[in-house]
Amino acid sequence: MTTEIIISLLAAAVQSGTPILYATLGEIFTEKSGVLNLGVEGAMILGALAGFMVAKFTGSPVIGFLAAGVVGSFATSIHGVVCLWFQGNQVVSGLALTILGAGLANYLGTAYVGLSAPGFNPLALPVLSEIPVLGKIFFQQDLLVYFSYCIPFLMWLFFAKTRYGLSLRAVGEYPAAATAAGLNVLLYRWVGILVGGFFMGLGGAYLSLAYTHLWTTNLTGGRGWIAVALVIFAFWRPGRAVFGAYLFGGVMALQLRLQASGTQLPSSLLLMLPYALTVLVLVLSSWKKGSSDEPGALGVNIEPVD
Amino acid sequence: MLHMRIAKRQEPLGLGGSCLVLVLALALSLALSGFLLFLGGTPPVKGLSTLFHGAFGSRWAFEDSVLKAIPIFLCSLGVAIAFRLKVWNIGAEGQFALGAVGATWVALSYPDWPAYFLLPAMIAMAAAAGGFWGLIPAFLRQKLRTNEIIVTLMMNYVAILFLDYLVYGVWKDPTSFGFPMTPAFSDNAVVGKIGSSSINWGIFHCLGLGFLMWGFLKFTRLGFELKAAGDNVAAARYAGIPYDRLVMLVMVMSGALAGWAGFLEASATVNRLQPSIMVGYGYTAIVVAWLARLNPLSIGIASILLAGLRVGVENLQLDLQVPAAFGGILEGLILLTVLAGGLFTHYKIERKRIR
Repeated sequence: MTTEIIISLLAAAVQSGTPILYATLGEIFTEKSGVLNLGVEGAMILGALAGFMVAKFTGSPVIGFLAAGVVGSFATSIHGVVCLWFQGNQVVSGLALTILGAGLANYLGTAYVGLSAPGFNPLALPVLSEIPVLGKIFFQQDLLVYFSYCIPFLMWLFFAKTRYGLSLRAVGEYPAAATAAGLNVLLYRWVGILVGGFFMGLGGAYLSLAYTHLWTTNLTGGRGWIAVALVIFAFWRPGRAVFGAYLFGGVMALQLRLQASGTQLPSSLLLMLPYALTVLVLVLSSWKKGSSDEPGALGVNIEPVD
Repeated sequence: MLHMRIAKRQEPLGLGGSCLVLVLALALSLALSGFLLFLGGTPPVKGLSTLFHGAFGSRWAFEDSVLKAIPIFLCSLGVAIAFRLKVWNIGAEGQFALGAVGATWVALSYPDWPAYFLLPAMIAMAAAAGGFWGLIPAFLRQKLRTNEIIVTLMMNYVAILFLDYLVYGVWKDPTSFGFPMTPAFSDNAVVGKIGSSSINWGIFHCLGLGFLMWGFLKFTRLGFELKAAGDNVAAARYAGIPYDRLVMLVMVMSGALAGWAGFLEASATVNRLQPSIMVGYGYTAIVVAWLARLNPLSIGIASILLAGLRVGVENLQLDLQVPAAFGGILEGLILLTVLAGGLFTHYKIERKRIR
């Protein structure tokens, strides 16, 4: 009995961790190119709305999911224009993107609040879902969760094994040297921003298309900010991001279950858990900061004069 | 095809040019938001005129704008000194919440103290609570090198939920028919209104604190160190400025100012503690601080402008049923365009010479 509860909790942890995983991987990709994008929350919520609307109109959740990625890229391109072209402060620009994104999504989504759209449902994978314990936790999820399993590996492959990945990291590490080596620094940073934004949009769409199947205001609820924190926790490594995302997914799932179980604890205190945990996680990751892969030029703009 | 290139200015852009860039940035963000009004089915010109009329078009509207500018100004003053030091305090919202909680605690515990004693005690408690909430991220930043942006932001959620916990639970007014609010403050705990206007005496707190801040930055050694350390941390350390302590002090000041704003909001505006005071003034304060280039006097002007937009958006909502989220769009666009316009402070765009 208890083991079943734990297994179902872990499965829920994977599910609630998935949107955070997408967003964290997106932010890792962007930060690797040297751009700090604090607008994750804004890109996510716009992606969530776009995915919802497109799925509703086309009837196809897959098209909605992809549209969410495109809209995520579009949202972060604003950050690109302000920081890459106009030399705006990256911290403030990201914040502005969050404010704008939340405003825009809640404004354009007003008419859809409470409505539902076709989304993704759990789909047990043959054979794999039969594995005891692990099968129930990892392989009785929906398609988007399975898709998210591949991305950390692909991202690691890109950064570690391809020429373009190496160049992108060089641009984030030491742009002056990258320029001297003949790399188009601005172009790589644009790629970092747009690809990162694509994944942030996908993370948002997971919330509206798989996690809830409906649209409400403030759907993201700070998950974008948790993703920014998880990048630090993950030491900028895609593989470690998986652990971080599922840890937070677990806390969120646990908190929901405690609330549903009619515990004596006030709900406002339970709701604090993920946010308090974020602070704790940052404090803990500061202890081993030496082993982190933080890009050297993170958040520093490139002088536009040639 | 125009050939453009970016060139560095010999001298930073002067005051006139800066104002022109600012006006153009504001005009661009208004034009974009007008377009969004159009998308949402509202005639843009009518919408924007409703917005401005609602903000500054009548005495009542203007008073409401000034009233909302009070907490925004205090939070923004706090945000600005932290930003000067390049410490990214995004936590004004939470420091504001905790300040309101601190003031409420005093007001509910000692309702019979005379006003000349009770109000200063409430202010002290609000400033201490807000300052404490600012000190934690500063301490973690300096001792453990944690990222203050995320810590302050997460602490906003925690503070607001703590406020909720109090007003839904232990501090809830038993006679409020289930509404989450504390009992009303005693008269001694209320900052009153000036004459027959709706503006409260908090406006003088703003004037006083703003003046003090201006003097602090301009005339004191600490104020100078703050600017120097913000420009170059390594050089400041080398020059013997105690950087760690400076960061913590500035964050305490920053949090105390936001806490003071929370006190005014609870005491003067709603006369009690209730969740409805958390409407994002702490985030608007960031927009204001950046718009005003972290300068105390300009913060005064920018707070009234942004407060006016908030009042105007309320008017839009009432008259033309535009969703309240439109306010976020305006603030986001203004911040982005002003940020982009900052390029022209040190650079200019010129035609490429064709050889």
